[in-house]
Amino acid sequence: MPANGAPTKITQGSQTKGGIGESTLRPDGTLKVTGEFAYSSDMWHEDMLWGQILRSTVAHAEIVSIDTSEALALPGVYAVLTYDDLPTAVKNYGLEIQDTPVLAHGKVRHHGEPVAIVAADHPETARRAAAKIKVDYRELPVITDEASATAPDAILVHENRDDHHSGHVPHPNIVHRQPIVRGDVAAARRRADVIVEGEYTFGMQDQAFLGPESGLAVPEEDGGVHLYIATQWLHSDLRQIAPVLGLPEDKVRMTLSGVGGAFGGREDLSMQIHACLLALRTGKPVKIVYNRFESFFGHVHRHPAKLHYEHGATRDGKLTHMKCRIVLDGGAYASASPAVVGNASSLSVGPYVIDDVDIEAIALYTNNPPCGAMRGFGAVQACFAYEAQMDKLAAELGMDPVEFRRLNAMEQGTLLPTGQRVDSPAPVAELLRRVKAMPMPPERQWESSEGADVRQLPGGLSNTTHGEGVVRGVGYAVGIKNVGFSEGFDDYSTAKVRMEVVAGEPVVTVHTAMAEVGQGGVTVHAQIARTELGVAQVTINPADTRVGSAGSTSASRQTYVTGGAVKNACELVREKVLEIGRRRFGSYHPAWATAELLLEGGKVVTDGGEVLADLVDVLEGETVEVEEEWRHRPTEPFDLRTGQGNGHVQYSFAAHRAVVEVDTELGLVKVIELACAQDVGKALNPLSVLGQIQGGTTQGLGVAVMEEIVVDPKTAKVKNPSFTDYLIPTILDTPTIPVDVLELADEHAPYGLRGIGEAPTLSSTPAVLAAIRAATGLELNRTPVRPEHLTGTA
Amino acid sequence: MRVNFTVNGRPQEADDVWEGESLLYVLRERMGLPGSKNACEQGECGSCTVRLDGVPVCSCLVAAGQVQGREVVTVEGLADYARQRSCGTGGCGTSLEESRQWQAKGTDSRTGEGTELAPIQQAFIDAGAVQCGFCTPGLLVAADEMLERNPDPTDADIREALSGNLCRCTGYEKIMDAVRLAAARQGGAV
Repeated sequence: MPANGAPTKITQGSQTKGGIGESTLRPDGTLKVTGEFAYSSDMWHEDMLWGQILRSTVAHAEIVSIDTSEALALPGVYAVLTYDDLPTAVKNYGLEIQDTPVLAHGKVRHHGEPVAIVAADHPETARRAAAKIKVDYRELPVITDEASATAPDAILVHENRDDHHSGHVPHPNIVHRQPIVRGDVAAARRRADVIVEGEYTFGMQDQAFLGPESGLAVPEEDGGVHLYIATQWLHSDLRQIAPVLGLPEDKVRMTLSGVGGAFGGREDLSMQIHACLLALRTGKPVKIVYNRFESFFGHVHRHPAKLHYEHGATRDGKLTHMKCRIVLDGGAYASASPAVVGNASSLSVGPYVIDDVDIEAIALYTNNPPCGAMRGFGAVQACFAYEAQMDKLAAELGMDPVEFRRLNAMEQGTLLPTGQRVDSPAPVAELLRRVKAMPMPPERQWESSEGADVRQLPGGLSNTTHGEGVVRGVGYAVGIKNVGFSEGFDDYSTAKVRMEVVAGEPVVTVHTAMAEVGQGGVTVHAQIARTELGVAQVTINPADTRVGSAGSTSASRQTYVTGGAVKNACELVREKVLEIGRRRFGSYHPAWATAELLLEGGKVVTDGGEVLADLVDVLEGETVEVEEEWRHRPTEPFDLRTGQGNGHVQYSFAAHRAVVEVDTELGLVKVIELACAQDVGKALNPLSVLGQIQGGTTQGLGVAVMEEIVVDPKTAKVKNPSFTDYLIPTILDTPTIPVDVLELADEHAPYGLRGIGEAPTLSSTPAVLAAIRAATGLELNRTPVRPEHLTGTA
Repeated sequence: MRVNFTVNGRPQEADDVWEGESLLYVLRERMGLPGSKNACEQGECGSCTVRLDGVPVCSCLVAAGQVQGREVVTVEGLADYARQRSCGTGGCGTSLEESRQWQAKGTDSRTGEGTELAPIQQAFIDAGAVQCGFCTPGLLVAADEMLERNPDPTDADIREALSGNLCRCTGYEKIMDAVRLAAARQGGAV
């Protein structure tokens, strides 16, 4: 174990190539560049049918009647199913609260809710059949915000709630509420020389993974079904699917197909149950592939939020207290809302030392689109608001915003508002120092001998300016994200590792159910196996449910937890291999009993480097295999009244500096550079680490200046479900992203590593906002910023 | 309807094609070539980019009937296409010596190891430009076409040429690196 902060020292496997710390290349890289990698939408089966889902055209309504007769009469149609066709008493699913109907029952609660499903021999036939289903709706008033949700006469989005949160929420249209109180805010407030307040709005962001929801369900001879699917967590899907189908879990086999990105949007089920129902009903394989329009309705989004903050500080720049209230719109179904509330609340203070706090976070039930997991998970919205507050305070105090943050930065040993002590490195001040020290991009980069290169100016190829009215601004932000599942969740992973001799070479096979969604977990697993077992050849088996759960590919947890499980299983294999070696060869050399033994380059060696035996000879014909669960340190739930509890496993920190140029006349923004400094504990694969940081940074940029699902407040209908109207950053919108990686080991984590995938998404957005504020002098309390907010025409 | 066209140098015939089917659908579902991707099917993301008579197009916006008699190159044919281009017009046949030594290539079906790649494909792997990989086929076709036109692009040229291809994982930095690497290798600098 490394001491906290000291670089991780690797002994076992340090001589073996392709181990941890190297930028080994993806094992699936070749298949992905040749087009042969099989994504879930690429599946094909002889005699396959296509499934289609009919979705509600209104947000909130009673279903008076459904008439499927015309759809069924269409040639090529094999099945049309509604709620009445569900085979068992289990008709709902959900990650934590089973409130989501597989198919609408008597009522729809949001625009785009599944009402009926069709199977046909051609996707267009299935679409036309779905269009022939007649649904008669009686529309109900829509609940769209806190006021309409908690009004005395408010319609309940869910009547007769009996979930485990229903007992403590102040209103049935509130999914979950988590207060945190610590210290004496009233007394601390009296010590403050300056107090700043702000009301902030965070828009609804979409994960916008490129591979659409899709999969293939194949009925099996034993009455079961095999589902090939893109998901973030096979076993969580399985637990929700099997009861609805009325099948035991061992009759629902699940294999991970190629996943075209996830970012939280595949934590909930989408078409899984629908495809299985149609396959079991028709006895034929059924493929469902959403198009982009449907994808916008087919998964949960990032919670939009209203955040009210008050901070105080003394004249010498020390924070005195913080009060905040965070209202997250969870939409029509719970999804991950309770856990998002826990995160928003427990991380609402940011990476700062504030002893006296009064915090409240809630998630609403409304008739807006359901919201749940997205990269950053509750910490993103809070970071946007508290970082705006830090800049306001620094301005009030006449201090440099970076120095003000550094003065109040948390560090190892800081007590969080939850009463939990940070017991690993928390280099917040150092990250800020580093990101500020990075060289600045040159001014007026667009100038060239041939005039202005408009591609580098706000407005780009629209050719709206040649530099006139363009102002530069610089902004900073830093954030804190938890790693792993929190609040007492049993967050384990399972790995199966086998060592055997194949064709005269020792070969290791790693089998987990980890969802590779692009992050490079498969690359890292092979590196861990090479390091721990000292072999060159490692095969990663496809992820499926024949091995125990790996937990979710989310919460920046997979390298930590499934990586930890692979490391642990490898260590157990190594012990067994050495035992066999001692049994076979122990009498030939005393070092077998006395020396510390390592596996390196396919051989058993002493820590002094003496070769004792070849693994091929040790194993002879034997195969060594271990399947084992692995857990990180347990956590506790937060107290429902005080918010106290050791709720989190680990924290991840990143800081950003944004440099923007704004055409102040047209309100157009060009982000020139987004520099990032992040502590990663230990970079198992430095190239992949950069990929995560740059990708996460860009998603933060998106929600700063362009990305927002627009929901009509009168009808609760989604207005922009397409890539024509919901914009994500293109390569022209995205700046260079220089990264400074710090590696301070966390002694509690495998190799001292820190989960990294989400932190960069937090601080990127407020840094861009801060830079736009610096350029324009505007207050800008909402994100994304649109041109009308900058020109005063909103 | 029936559509005859050339895909990756081979004549192909698609039968019973509906008039509404796109070139993307025909490639993916009728030709067994799912390399061209279906990320938006509305011409916004570039993941389905193929070359139609040499010109990069979103195959989701091309009606199948429009490709009658024309030549299509997809990501699956990119390596062959690049090899033939590098041979120039002088022809690039198999020499007698090579044909005598012909043997099955040791391509690993699970990892693709041993597969012949176009320089842009290799550069994407080496530079870490592939994460989930869903945008990759379209980016490869577009980047390869740009390097054919402009072997020594500036960063702004690369960004302009690839601005029709969305990527959600990488933040584009490693994609920039990959295209710069392929250009440098092509120019003999690396």
